[in-house]
Amino acid sequence: MATGIKQQDRQDAIAGWLFMTPALFLFAFFVFIPIFFAVYFSFTDWNGISPPTEARFIGAENFRVLLLEDGIRRADFFKALKNTAYFSLGVVPMQTALALLLAVVVNQRRLRFKGFFRTAYYFPSITSSIAISMLFLFLYQRNGLVNQVLQTITFGLWQPIAWMADPRGLFHIIFGWFGLTLETAPDWMRANVLSLPVWDWISGPSVALMGIMLLNTWTTIGTMMVIFLAALQDVPREVYEAAEIDGANGRQIFFSVTLPLLRPTLFFVVTLGLIGTFQVFDQVYVMSAGGPAKTTLTVAYLVYRNGFTNSQMGLAAAIALLLFIIIFTLTLVQRRITEGKKE
Amino acid sequence: MAASMTTSAPTAVRRESRLRENIRLVLSYALLFLIALVFLYPFVLAISTSFKTLPEINERPVALIPQTFTLEGYQRMFALNVGRWAFNSFFIAATVTISNVLFSALAGYSLTRIAFPGSRFVFLAIIGTMMIPGIVQLIPMFIVLKTLGMIDSYTGLIIPKMVTAFGIFLMAQFFEAIPREIEEAARIDGAGRFRMFFQIVLPLARPAIVALVIFSFQGSWNEFMHPLIVITTNQDLYTLPLGLAFLRGGLGQNLQWNALLAGSMLTTVPMAMIFFFFQRYFIEGISYSGVKG
Repeated sequence: MATGIKQQDRQDAIAGWLFMTPALFLFAFFVFIPIFFAVYFSFTDWNGISPPTEARFIGAENFRVLLLEDGIRRADFFKALKNTAYFSLGVVPMQTALALLLAVVVNQRRLRFKGFFRTAYYFPSITSSIAISMLFLFLYQRNGLVNQVLQTITFGLWQPIAWMADPRGLFHIIFGWFGLTLETAPDWMRANVLSLPVWDWISGPSVALMGIMLLNTWTTIGTMMVIFLAALQDVPREVYEAAEIDGANGRQIFFSVTLPLLRPTLFFVVTLGLIGTFQVFDQVYVMSAGGPAKTTLTVAYLVYRNGFTNSQMGLAAAIALLLFIIIFTLTLVQRRITEGKKE
Repeated sequence: MAASMTTSAPTAVRRESRLRENIRLVLSYALLFLIALVFLYPFVLAISTSFKTLPEINERPVALIPQTFTLEGYQRMFALNVGRWAFNSFFIAATVTISNVLFSALAGYSLTRIAFPGSRFVFLAIIGTMMIPGIVQLIPMFIVLKTLGMIDSYTGLIIPKMVTAFGIFLMAQFFEAIPREIEEAARIDGAGRFRMFFQIVLPLARPAIVALVIFSFQGSWNEFMHPLIVITTNQDLYTLPLGLAFLRGGLGQNLQWNALLAGSMLTTVPMAMIFFFFQRYFIEGISYSGVKG
């Protein structure tokens, strides 16, 4: 009997590794080994064209140029970081809040056509980011649909703009209403911090970047709404009924019952949003290629541009590594915040 | 706030709350239909525009019905080899999906049902890679493909995508929930691991497989970054998204919107059709990959 079990264990071990073989092989070649490569190449001057073996080891030079040396490369890196941060700060709260709102509205017991609404909202999420970007490029033209709709609902007050060609920052526009422009700005606003003038740091997202932000929100709301809906359906009806009997109104039920119950889902959705927005690439590639005036240059696009168009693969690998550290840290911080609130 | 109207006239109260609820319902419908319009109208306009002539698009870019109906945009796309791109997209998506389901199921089964030495470590190592953003993997992927001579080839497009951490995770989640007794019975009958897997466990995992098929196919069909770095010169290997982005070309050109939107619709419509036929599985898939994860 004992030998029988031992033999079975051995057979199981063989079967276990055998079943794993294809996956392990593929992971080793295309994920695990490449990660070590990527770290190594971020310390080289490889151009991406010559054979990788010819790359020269240059120590932390790429990181020094990105973080410490005053110049165009540091300016571009922090410009990209700034744009990505504005992008994320705008999109994540907007898409999370709207998705949650839609989920709560669609989840009402007496509401009909639930299936239709869910389908309609989810639909953009399944389409190609490239096709959608092309479509929005069309809608964002000066005489396009977006401007026309805005004109109609503001009774002609809205001045049509060429969205994707407009580099003006949102905060700059608002400052302008109060007479604050680069010319009238105090001297300290013109001083450089990390190779970028303070005035640039506080620009806000440019009109072009906001165009991409709206598009991004539009495509991801559906997915997040479906995730919220699934979580909402797990909440037992009795919980709401008990709250109603206690005399809670709709808003009280939402903030004291629904929201606390949804906290894990909220964490998941915000994490997804953060990771997604910090990598925004496809839309930038098609709609603006980083322009106008580098106001849609995101970190992901900077990685691609340096590596594949400017032949600075080593530098690009260094930026990618920094991006990974940033995303990882943000996720940890965000987890700390969400968990901290629990007490 | 409810204190003033509690005990005195219960029917009046009930009528009032009924009325309130009805108002809320009507407002909800208005809001939901308006938002549905925001989500769907752009697609309708894109389809209509793909059948318009260029002068008409310049003059009336928001008109819903084409004045002169034309296939010019589609003809231009087919002259540009869009048929080949569509074939590539389909071929790659199909191959990637089949292998991803098979390899993910094998790995997921092995990691959850067979407690072989080292399985815990392997599982954590694979799931941990889900934390690494795609853009960060871009350059390492390029280095490996270049070293292996897989740039500008179908193998470069397909092989790296043949199994995903997400797929393994999804299958593992599902297998974990299947009761062990089912296999014990088979084992007593003398079945080996292969027979248990293919004849007993795999058929039970149908819902997870359907979800993974859909995710894989959709992911591959819409994938842009991977083909972008793999295909550098050979336009015959373009996928639909890559071909579209290529047509978009340099900024500031006079864009041929009917052709570009025709291309966008050729990329969108097949996915849309799959979605409408299988939408239940899309929604189920996203819900259990997300919340239960």
